[in-house]
Amino acid sequence: MTKPVSITLQNTQDGFAIVEAILADNPEAKSNPFPAMTKIDCPGRLEIRAESVSERLGRDWDPQEIHLSVISLSGSVDEDDGVFAIFWR
Amino acid sequence: MTPPRKLSLKQKYGAYTRGLDWDPTYQKADDIFPFAKYEGIKIHDWDAWEDPFKLTMDAYWKFQAEKERKLYAVIDSMAQNNGQLGITDARYLNAVKLFIQGVTPLEYQAHRHFAHLARHLPGAGLRVAAQMQSIDELRHCQTQIHTISHYNKYFDGIHDFTHMHDRLWYLSVPKSFFDDATSAGPFEFMTAISFAFEYVLTNLLFVPFMSGAAYNGDMATVTFGFSAQSDESRHMTLGLEAVRFLLEQDEANVPIVQGWIDKWFWRGYRLLSLVGMMMDYMLPKKVMSWGEAWETYYEQAGGALFADLARYGIREPKYADVAKAEKGHMTHQAWGIFYNYTHAAGMHTWDIDEAHMAWLREKYPDTFAQHYEPRYRKWREQAEEGKRFYNDGLPQLCQVCQIPMAFTEVGDPNTISFRVSEHGGDKFHTCSDGCKDIFDHEPEKYAQAWLPVHQIFQGNCGGATLPEVLDWYHINQGADNMDYAGSPEEAQWNRWMEGRRPVVPVAAE
Repeated sequence: MTKPVSITLQNTQDGFAIVEAILADNPEAKSNPFPAMTKIDCPGRLEIRAESVSERLGRDWDPQEIHLSVISLSGSVDEDDGVFAIFWR
Repeated sequence: MTPPRKLSLKQKYGAYTRGLDWDPTYQKADDIFPFAKYEGIKIHDWDAWEDPFKLTMDAYWKFQAEKERKLYAVIDSMAQNNGQLGITDARYLNAVKLFIQGVTPLEYQAHRHFAHLARHLPGAGLRVAAQMQSIDELRHCQTQIHTISHYNKYFDGIHDFTHMHDRLWYLSVPKSFFDDATSAGPFEFMTAISFAFEYVLTNLLFVPFMSGAAYNGDMATVTFGFSAQSDESRHMTLGLEAVRFLLEQDEANVPIVQGWIDKWFWRGYRLLSLVGMMMDYMLPKKVMSWGEAWETYYEQAGGALFADLARYGIREPKYADVAKAEKGHMTHQAWGIFYNYTHAAGMHTWDIDEAHMAWLREKYPDTFAQHYEPRYRKWREQAEEGKRFYNDGLPQLCQVCQIPMAFTEVGDPNTISFRVSEHGGDKFHTCSDGCKDIFDHEPEKYAQAWLPVHQIFQGNCGGATLPEVLDWYHINQGADNMDYAGSPEEAQWNRWMEGRRPVVPVAAE
């Protein structure tokens, strides 16, 4: 069984763009809406690509800006230029 | 070879953290870090520590400043636009009271103790992470006080929360939890707070509660909550990687860490009974039940976590099965305690109306109608006869979690659960096998617990009568305490709502 990872984001303009980018780049990701927030679950690994988020926001988005939108996550994190990944080792 | 013009994120992070560290030459490392070894944890290579987030101090200030700007714009807007009128019902505010009385002072304790770790952990990467977390926790404490100060202008029970935190019977539950952690060694503290509490359990505190605040029109709490929670994601990840690091460094660390996970899972779970009660009873509009939150955030997310840690020989926390078995009972029993003792609390409780009971029956089909609904109906009957029930006896408290002993045996909701240990010729009572194990492992520590009920009986709490004790608590009697029905807050809320809309009952969606 592939263990699920998850990330919960604020329902803000930036947050919505990140959610859209995740859903587009991770075909197995599922989004669950709650008041004020959206929880995304995905089996195994989930990636947030700066390029995809930037495209949706119409500006350069730095993956470290995730700190302004994230509420919670489950899994290990790898932060690098261009991509923010959540995974189980 | 020409050096790269710009460092990658990982190179920059390395340069700004370990790059600033040095090996001592004229002092011994053991003298510089005197707390690093006594817990028995063996670390062979601090450089093997993998930092999950590559946040450097300059980026940290940049992002934190942005978070503060957003939050303070909302706080100003709340104050200018009478934000207190936007909440669903005045009863909701009691969850905020419990939060500032019970949780906000813990943020300050966390600030202090992470500052201690930032000085005393021998690894530079962990020290930098602890330094940032210390500043985060101070920010959380300050922003919570600042945000909730707006409600303090209009609502009771918020006016002296730090004083109450140190004295009130139900607030000794969160206070003693953190006192236990900060009086432990640095590695136990990290396992307790960063891992067991923040990684495994904190989602249950902040996420459904803040989402609930949003659903109940409390713009201010949502904003400080999510602002804090964005830091919390970093803290959680630190907790997970710190535990993984301890487990990878030496096999001998595994049983020590497992013992801490067992202890702090149970301590955290008991603490969360206050939060579960808020979710099931204090939010007029409800997002999810405690039972559902437990399934999502502990059983599913925790299941994946402990499956991942199994490779190191770590198993699920002992008594996780008890928590699972109790999920249909715990919040109802906690609300029962508060209903019994509302005359001695800095917040209100109230009658559970029909719509709310229907919601509870739906969410807890196996337990609510049989065990708890009849109790609420009886209480309503008494209140209607003008005899609202207040319990005049003082409850026995658990020596470890300090919660009044009202939880029942697993599988037998008609029998109160209590355990007895002997130490130094005295008997000590605990509420569960989980708390008894914790006591028996370190009886010298828990025998010293400051138990509010014992202290009242010993004459240390202002006097021998309830009004004297309440004065000593700084409870404004007749306003902060007693049932919501008939309170000054209820009268005020009804005045505010005149001509706006019908008074909304505390109802489920």
